[in-house]
Amino acid sequence: MATETLLKTNKYSKYISYRKILYHRFFVGLLLFIVVSLVFTVLFNVYAGNSPRTEIYKAVNLDLVSLEVRKIKINSPYSEPRNTNCTYWSCFNVYKCGRGGHDKITIYIYPLKEYRTDDDRLISQLSREFYEILDTIRHSKYYTANPEEACLLVPSIDTLNQNTFSSEHVSQALYSLEHWNNGENHLIFNMLPGTAPNYETVVKLNTSKAIIAGSGFDTWTFRYGFDISLPLYSHIATGIDNTQPKQKNYLIISTQQNIPDDYLAELQNIASSSNDLLLLGKCKAESNRMDHTKRCEYTTGRVFNYPDILKEGLFCLVVRSARLTQSVLMDILASQCIPIIVADTIVLPFNSHVDWHRISLYIPEENIKNLLRIVHSVSKERRGELYWQLRWVYERYFASIKQITLTTLEIINEKVFPLAARMYEEWNMPEHLYGPVNPLFLPVTAPKSPGFTAVILTYDRVESLFILIRKLVKTPSLAKILVVWNNQKKAPPPSSEWPVINKPLKVIRTKENKLSNRFFPYDEIETECQLTIDDDIVMLTPDELEFGFDVWREFPDRIVGFPSRLHVWDNVTASWKYHSEWTNQISMVLTGAAFHHKIWSWYYTYKMPAEIRSWVDEYFNCEDIAMNFLVANITRKPPIKVTPRKKFKCPECTNTEMLSADARHMSQRSGCIDRFARIYGNMALKPVEFRADPLQYRENSGIPQLYPDIGAL
Amino acid sequence: MQAKKRYILLLFSCSLLIVYIYSNGFLLKSKFVQNSRREQLPTFATLDELYEAPSRQKRSPQSIVKSCRMETCFDFSKCGDDPKVYVYPTDGPVSATYRKVLSVIRESKYATRDPNEACLFLPAVDTLDADPLSSEHIPDVAQRLSRLPHWKNGRNHLVFNLYAGTWPDYAENALGFDSGEAILARASASETIFRDGFDISLPLFHKEHPERGGAAPAATANPFPAPKKHLLAFKGKRYVHGIGSETRNSLWHLHDGNNLILVTTCRHGKSWKDLRDERCDEDNREYDKFDYEQLLSNSTFCLVARGRRLGSYRFLEALAAGCVPVLLSNGWRLPFDERIDWRRAVIWADERLLLQVPELVRSVPPERILALRQQTQLLWEQYFSSIEKIVFTTVELLFERILAHRSSRQRDALIWNASPGALGTLATYGDSRAHFPVTAIAPVAPPAPSPPPVPLPVPSVPSTAPPPTLGESFTALLYVQATSPALHKLLANIASSEFCEKVVLVWDSERAAPTLKSLPRMAGDDRDPLPVVVIDATTHYPGEGVSARWQPLWAIPTAAVFSLDGDAPLLAEELDFAFQVWQHFPERIVGYPARSHYWDEAKGAWGYSSKWGGAYSMVLPGAALVHRAALALYGAAAPALRLAVRRARNCEDILLNCLVAHYTRRPPLKLAQRRRYKPAHHRHRSSWTDPEHFVQRQSCLNTFAAAWGYMPLMRSILRLDPILFKDPVSTLRKKYRKMELLTS
Repeated sequence: MATETLLKTNKYSKYISYRKILYHRFFVGLLLFIVVSLVFTVLFNVYAGNSPRTEIYKAVNLDLVSLEVRKIKINSPYSEPRNTNCTYWSCFNVYKCGRGGHDKITIYIYPLKEYRTDDDRLISQLSREFYEILDTIRHSKYYTANPEEACLLVPSIDTLNQNTFSSEHVSQALYSLEHWNNGENHLIFNMLPGTAPNYETVVKLNTSKAIIAGSGFDTWTFRYGFDISLPLYSHIATGIDNTQPKQKNYLIISTQQNIPDDYLAELQNIASSSNDLLLLGKCKAESNRMDHTKRCEYTTGRVFNYPDILKEGLFCLVVRSARLTQSVLMDILASQCIPIIVADTIVLPFNSHVDWHRISLYIPEENIKNLLRIVHSVSKERRGELYWQLRWVYERYFASIKQITLTTLEIINEKVFPLAARMYEEWNMPEHLYGPVNPLFLPVTAPKSPGFTAVILTYDRVESLFILIRKLVKTPSLAKILVVWNNQKKAPPPSSEWPVINKPLKVIRTKENKLSNRFFPYDEIETECQLTIDDDIVMLTPDELEFGFDVWREFPDRIVGFPSRLHVWDNVTASWKYHSEWTNQISMVLTGAAFHHKIWSWYYTYKMPAEIRSWVDEYFNCEDIAMNFLVANITRKPPIKVTPRKKFKCPECTNTEMLSADARHMSQRSGCIDRFARIYGNMALKPVEFRADPLQYRENSGIPQLYPDIGAL
Repeated sequence: MQAKKRYILLLFSCSLLIVYIYSNGFLLKSKFVQNSRREQLPTFATLDELYEAPSRQKRSPQSIVKSCRMETCFDFSKCGDDPKVYVYPTDGPVSATYRKVLSVIRESKYATRDPNEACLFLPAVDTLDADPLSSEHIPDVAQRLSRLPHWKNGRNHLVFNLYAGTWPDYAENALGFDSGEAILARASASETIFRDGFDISLPLFHKEHPERGGAAPAATANPFPAPKKHLLAFKGKRYVHGIGSETRNSLWHLHDGNNLILVTTCRHGKSWKDLRDERCDEDNREYDKFDYEQLLSNSTFCLVARGRRLGSYRFLEALAAGCVPVLLSNGWRLPFDERIDWRRAVIWADERLLLQVPELVRSVPPERILALRQQTQLLWEQYFSSIEKIVFTTVELLFERILAHRSSRQRDALIWNASPGALGTLATYGDSRAHFPVTAIAPVAPPAPSPPPVPLPVPSVPSTAPPPTLGESFTALLYVQATSPALHKLLANIASSEFCEKVVLVWDSERAAPTLKSLPRMAGDDRDPLPVVVIDATTHYPGEGVSARWQPLWAIPTAAVFSLDGDAPLLAEELDFAFQVWQHFPERIVGYPARSHYWDEAKGAWGYSSKWGGAYSMVLPGAALVHRAALALYGAAAPALRLAVRRARNCEDILLNCLVAHYTRRPPLKLAQRRRYKPAHHRHRSSWTDPEHFVQRQSCLNTFAAAWGYMPLMRSILRLDPILFKDPVSTLRKKYRKMELLTS
């Protein structure tokens, strides 16, 4: 036996030495290979030092000094005409996107060049606004210097104004672009499309498959879900500040100088019979030069300053003219005057995301004669909604070229990455006016069968905890008990000591002794409803709990529970006070024994202002008040107190033992209410005068009661 | 040595600094130069260009033919303030589905029998299925359409189509007829063929889709995070060849048998074996392992992949099951996307990026899933669960366009996309959400600066006053058939109520109406007398019967309406407490007399009971608060329902309960303990003790349930009491003391 093993080891060691040599050789070879390849790359890099490859990754140079001149030959080929059937699905190449992360498009800008014709004329005049568009993209988070990984490409040829570029030559220049590829994934900006006499509603340019971000589209030229409708930028608007006069002096103002004659006649008709419409037009100037800062009333000739006069109107009129969009729309928005838009088939700026119904009135052209009737029928509530929304929308989406460009990019980004999309409310509902969105908005009575999970926060009161557990399990709808063991020094009692019950029970040991632990959305809570309960609340009967759960089912987005409190304003100290006397009102339901949806635990942990959560954990108090504030602030609904019960703890317990009887504790809680109200910026809590009782409470009609055992106090 | 080193270091750093400053200055200079150059750039357009006026007086008529828009192809002049639909009489073959569509409209409030007052025409020619290979296909559609007396190239006509095109290419424009200027309500429309703002996109629904009622939402629970067995599911056939087959053919790549269940089969049609490919057998094996219904309810996301056409039945099936649709159908215009914001309820995937779908669905955060799932249920319940709802939504969309054209108003986007939805909100009632009983009361925006006083009279027709918003007071709306001591007592109690702003007394009796202008206050109450308006129902609303009690909305200046029977023995305290509660539940009926309904197994019908046990489902508006908008809805209820009330001269209170429950899907709220809301000793023969009366109400309940196709009432087990109600504490502590003393 021994020799055999010896032989074996011998063989083995031999084998090992052989392997050693192999390894050695391999590593030496590897080292050599690495060194050689390093030398090669260095050599190659030095050799190809000035190759274009390194230049590509340099950010586009937007200096206006010494631009490269590019000649467009007279017979160079044109790009294909605009593809009228393009959709996002057929003309946009998604495979090019997604290289800048999974929620962000990448944009490349072609180098800025001076394109000239053979006879040395500029084919397009670079404007300040176009320059700013490029500059915004260049400094946005979407920019990439590498055309190979770009999802969108922006030609740096100014096509904003149809009058200032030669559409033939630009079509040729587009074709000559390095990555043109039939316009795929290219973005063309335009503000003034069409020229006299027809004023086409889309830029006259061979854009083939390129996306057009332009203003002045009508519903025929706008390619749904593909093009982006822009506002017609007005540099007058940027000079308008956000101040407002105390009183609006005019109901409707029209300042437009280019209203078509037939509509002007109708408006003059209205203005002559009513004071509600202030109709302004050109001033009969002495000099030949038009003064764009003055407007004159048609009949009286009274002179007004433009754009200041816009602020004095509650409604301002925008009528289509040669083109569908008018730059005056931006002046009106900036002046916080509610626009009345008269332009059939217009595609309004950013209409896919900005809800124009919230900021404007739209009147069909043939209805212009009913202008007054329509404006008078607008209720004061809607006037308020429109008015307060205007400046907010303007500043977010229209205030500058930068804002306009970024909004355009964001809309494209949302199309490519639908998960990055912001919801309607985020685009259109200012939170300072409408508040946050309730995450539980479906009007349902929650199903009974899943039951609820009781979450008990405990430290070391094992005895009362066990009593509570034994009582809880008698509630039919209880699905599970979760004990959150907050004592870091002591381990929970061994499983043999726990009461034997017929419902699942799980103990979770926390890592830190924090009050907020009771609101952690543990995975173990599998029901939508959780009963948060203190370990010493042992007086609730199974009927009371079952009834509480049934009430919660009817109001699943509220806190439904037993102990109630009130907040009152103290005039002496000018602060909020916490009130626990037996009053006729309540505004809070304490989470010492309350049902609520699990989502609120999640909100408490992840969405609540961090300031509040840290305060609660630091001072070891007010977690229940914080929860009431959180829910009331989001839902704008009060909690519901269930059944008359007002005493919860063991009757023989002395008051000195209880935390909440402490006077300091009480003043601290008053301070909490004050502090939380300040953090939220308003007092979210609302007092109510009702509580929920079983339908047959205190009745003896002979019909058996559904919840017979409801305690009195 | 050390010092030298230091000096060198100092010198070195100094020189570095100098170089840095110098280069920086240079940079700054160049930046300055660049900035000034940027300033020198011209603006893109001069003001003269921006203010360009048309050269000709009228805009040039469009020379090229463009597709239809409402402005060009619809005659708005035919539509008044209350637009109507005319349905042609049926002659010729009509499929079962289209018959349901027709009957739903014919029996609706939109219908008219007079083509001259109609704004919209619905041909009784079945255009649903344009596929000649289908058994439901009706031939000669084109001819029969053009023979319609009011056709006029389809102007103001509405044409429904579910299936366009046929094998092999399923061309979308192959309808078998020229729709001309008719509005097409079509399923499976693509972005390219869809006339935006003119056509209406429909969902594809089964032949078995219920005419009315429809399945209630399946997913009423909102667990968080959603504990579903599967993440993504799809079970369906694949076509192996031809249009639309690519996407489904490659689904098997994603199937992992656990989290992602994507199973397909080649078995369909008679000749599937001839077209089979090498994967068919394996696919079929996997396919048979899973049950479709189970997959729907056990999975968070459901793939809705295009079939031959862009739309598929799967979309509605997923919606109904609360399974969030993940769309793989490039270019599809989703149903009613004109107003429904689908971003809230579906995930758009891209057929071209099929393999990214698993990652896409994995990266949806749980709170978004919760919102998506709720929205699927909301939309399903509001717009899709029955043919009636789909057709009504189509009509409402069209009528809203007409309303927008006439009076420049439309429903808010949030009304369409939140509860109770567009069908539960009258388009003509109010123009702000503040006018409706929204569950979450958004703080009303502060008012705009007040408009200037109008010195000259407005020349146009007087507009109707906008409806009131939730305020601090209510209007008592009394329905009185005879004077009695009880009435006088009630009026006195109303006068001492804290929150009553006005009394509207609807007098429905042969006798002359009393003249009453105001109610005096109690002694010691220094408020002005309470204004009263008496409305004689027999002259104002002849033939309306009991429904007349909620007709005079014009006289009601508050959103809160306390609907009272003339002899209801309500205390002032009870009135005020009810109002305090109602302010927190403006969308519900909040009041005192509760009733209950139950299913009577023996009779196989619904029963009506005033002897409730532990639950109730109705609170009678003989003493209850209702939102004014709900009463407006009552005025616009379906003709069949109103007819039932008129015939019975009864049940208007049951109908109101059913209506509110139908639209809000919430039960009413009963207050306090008292049961008896009629004076105990009634001199007249009380209808409440009359067994006949009871039978009638029972039959009403069954009529209503039949008209809706389901029983809309919902039950509740709780009542709301004042906080210290009947508590063994001193009465002095209590606010509502007299309520304590009431015995049932």
